[in-house]
Amino acid sequence: MLNLLAKNLFLFDPLSLFFLAVIFIVSLPSLVYSFGYLKGEYSFAKIILAQILLFAFVLSMALVVSVSNCLIFLIFWEIMSLISYFLVVFDTKNARSIQAGLIYIVMTHIGTAFIIAAFMILYNHTHSFDFLAIKNACKILPSGTKDIIFLLFLIGFGTKAGIVPLHIWLPYAHPQAPSHISSIMSGVMIKTAIYGLIRFVISILGVNSSWWGVLIMILAVISCLVGIIYALMEHDIKRLLAYSSVENIGIILLGVGLAMFFISLNLPYLAVFSLIAGLYHLINHAIFKGLLFLCAGSVYKATGTRHIEKLGGLIKKMPQTAVYFLFGAMAISALPPLNGFVSEWLTLQAFFLGAFNVAGGSKIFLGICAAMLALTGGLAAACFVKVFGLTFLAKPRSHYAESAKEVALSMRIGMLILVVLIVIFGLAAALIIKLLAKVAGSVLGIDIGAMSFSLNNLTLSPQIAKSVYLSIPALALWLIVFGIISFVIYRIFGKAKSVISKTWDCGYYKFDSRNEYTATAFSKPFRIAFSFFLLPYRKTQKIRESFYHIKSFTYETHTTKVIKKYIYDPVLTLVFKTAKFMRRMQPGSIHLYLGYVFVTLLLLIIFMRQF
Amino acid sequence: MIILQIILFILAAPLLSGLITKLKNNLRMRKGQSVFQPYYNLAKLFLKDEVISETASWIFRITPCVVLSSTLVAAILIPVFIFSSSVHQMGDFFALVFILALARFFLALSALDTGSSFGGMGASREMFISSLVEPALCMVILSVGLQFGSTDISVFSGAHAITVSSVVAAAALFLIILAETSRIPVDNQETHLELTMVHEAMVLEYSGRSLALIEMASYIKQMIFFFLIAQLVFPIGKPIGTFCQIIFWVLWYLMRLGIIAIIVALVEVTMAKMRLFRVADFLGFAFVLGIVATVCAILGV
Repeated sequence: MLNLLAKNLFLFDPLSLFFLAVIFIVSLPSLVYSFGYLKGEYSFAKIILAQILLFAFVLSMALVVSVSNCLIFLIFWEIMSLISYFLVVFDTKNARSIQAGLIYIVMTHIGTAFIIAAFMILYNHTHSFDFLAIKNACKILPSGTKDIIFLLFLIGFGTKAGIVPLHIWLPYAHPQAPSHISSIMSGVMIKTAIYGLIRFVISILGVNSSWWGVLIMILAVISCLVGIIYALMEHDIKRLLAYSSVENIGIILLGVGLAMFFISLNLPYLAVFSLIAGLYHLINHAIFKGLLFLCAGSVYKATGTRHIEKLGGLIKKMPQTAVYFLFGAMAISALPPLNGFVSEWLTLQAFFLGAFNVAGGSKIFLGICAAMLALTGGLAAACFVKVFGLTFLAKPRSHYAESAKEVALSMRIGMLILVVLIVIFGLAAALIIKLLAKVAGSVLGIDIGAMSFSLNNLTLSPQIAKSVYLSIPALALWLIVFGIISFVIYRIFGKAKSVISKTWDCGYYKFDSRNEYTATAFSKPFRIAFSFFLLPYRKTQKIRESFYHIKSFTYETHTTKVIKKYIYDPVLTLVFKTAKFMRRMQPGSIHLYLGYVFVTLLLLIIFMRQF
Repeated sequence: MIILQIILFILAAPLLSGLITKLKNNLRMRKGQSVFQPYYNLAKLFLKDEVISETASWIFRITPCVVLSSTLVAAILIPVFIFSSSVHQMGDFFALVFILALARFFLALSALDTGSSFGGMGASREMFISSLVEPALCMVILSVGLQFGSTDISVFSGAHAITVSSVVAAAALFLIILAETSRIPVDNQETHLELTMVHEAMVLEYSGRSLALIEMASYIKQMIFFFLIAQLVFPIGKPIGTFCQIIFWVLWYLMRLGIIAIIVALVEVTMAKMRLFRVADFLGFAFVLGIVATVCAILGV
């Protein structure tokens, strides 16, 4: 053990440094934000506890991405999971937190079990826990073993990342934690799983066959679509953001899976490019999802509710939070000139470059993946129009929203930092891509010196003949120029005056917030279009005074959580049935238990002698 | 050149809409309004008072400028006069799509801003339709990209041979623009009935100058899409030769838009508007056409 510890424990290669950067970029604003957020929400002792847990959480994540030994990695991975569990159940009085925590801890341990299994198989073949030693030994690993290890890693890390159908814990756990923690969990923690996949599958194990990448891409596409469709149906603002994280993990994994696909096809430069796209979206998602969770936390803090049907009109009560949220919503909807657009563009471009360069049927496959990504983008825009419109625009829909006030300064600063980062990561895209190219190059072991690309002139020298152009600063500049021109036209040509008056209400005498469109109504077209998956159903209840007169009528619409109902529920029922059956072993007699201990010991001794 | 292009778009785009309306009316055996009616409308709107809802916030006020400016940026991404200058090198086909999405995003927000249920309805439907447009559009871009080796718009703005793939892609793109420019059978520009309107419902609260800017933007957007289709099925190279030839070139250049306008008018007159939820099938068909175009491009026909 000592010998093991004495070796170089830490590894600060570009990949680790990149993830450390991601962790700290989101954690620092969250920390600033937490001072204002926690104040008044919890008792003093609990605030101290929260801050200690926050530090420990960030530290454990930082260690997860920087150690160079499987055992130590597992220890910090487990610490990270446990601390995040404590943070999920931080509202101990809330029964939903406890339930969410339970689902989280069970799922995360199932995931960890798969990772441990993978490490054990690796140890069995390589006799080492050290990353470098394993990497060297992996070159001679039989291909069947590699496949098994890959699948174990995929399930293990996939659970943490929240890819469909292993995402089940994510929409429960992330919203229950205090908002600055949600922002770190969604922004950063699930990315450690991506780190795991990149580090262990791509870097250490080495991509074996092309179906690995294809499998990841298929899962990623499913995650994208399922995540965003559920997000569209969701009315709890934080849970909606959690579902949107499932979607964005899908987009990141599209980049990573594509990179693996290209490695197996021996197209190294395209692999680098795809990995750049994935990593870029990873850091972008960390920034804007962190921001959106902080904004959602501000809304919750100011109004006391997370239900968007009960909000509205907050743009007037909380003008700054509204602006920050708008930036986040625009970035996540991939609108230029913000950062989300750059990474989505890169991912689409990676798919297209792939489609131009691979043969035959794969072209169609990559094309359809890209089309699904485009569909996801469109749905995400719709989803965030819904969130922003319903939460911040029009009139307040309830007294919660009416009494809202702008949040404390420290919270606003925390959000502002992330907004600035969103803009920077959009405008400075060319520079950031160069940095990410180094990371991707080192992961894939490819010398990127031969490649030249910037956003303004995308030519991957050895592979692609024709250039593609994208210049975010130019786009931003022209948007501003034309914006000013439009404004001037608006000002100069119109001499007529503006009148402030009521919204047209069809001659109805009383226009109030009940006339506004609701979130349920907004998502109705999507609910119908995707009804084959959502299986919507209604509950209606009429309370009659007499046969002729209905006193009240309630109407509810729900969607079926297909994955939970058809995959998890049967498994759970089976587990409970088995547990009930096994309970017969425990009649409560101490003599019987002593007998069990004796028999077990006996069996163990025989086992040790024989094997 | 940029200024020239912008002026062309601003001057010619309303005419295209006027032309379609005129054709539709004539096909229905009506005399119809003048082809210059959109200009009169714009002039009238600029002179009128503007009513701004008291519920609305600054989102409602900035939206007309955002919509017009992003549509203009999209317009300079299309190489009409500019063939290899640095201007359109700031973005490719995808940039064009996302820039237009920026305009749509703000328009939908402003629709929700006034608190009117019409606005919400319009925003919801518009976002629904546009999200279904995306995959079909992506397939079209792929088929074009496969033919020309890049998603840059300039690669197919020169003279090139018409292939089966281009024609199918143009057909898919045609279905897409029916949805994008709110034409029958997806939407109807002429109606103000709450059951059917989509785009009109979104801009219902706008009046005066703001409405003029938004109308202008939708004319320009329509012209951008017409240019794309025109370049796919009636490709044309750079103007060369004598003065006469150049004049002929310019005429043919613009005539192509007219031909597409005629087809749009024919479709609008002969078809009925679809139920909103059948739009999914309609755009699904566009997506399938996109795949067919891609397959053709792979096969090299």
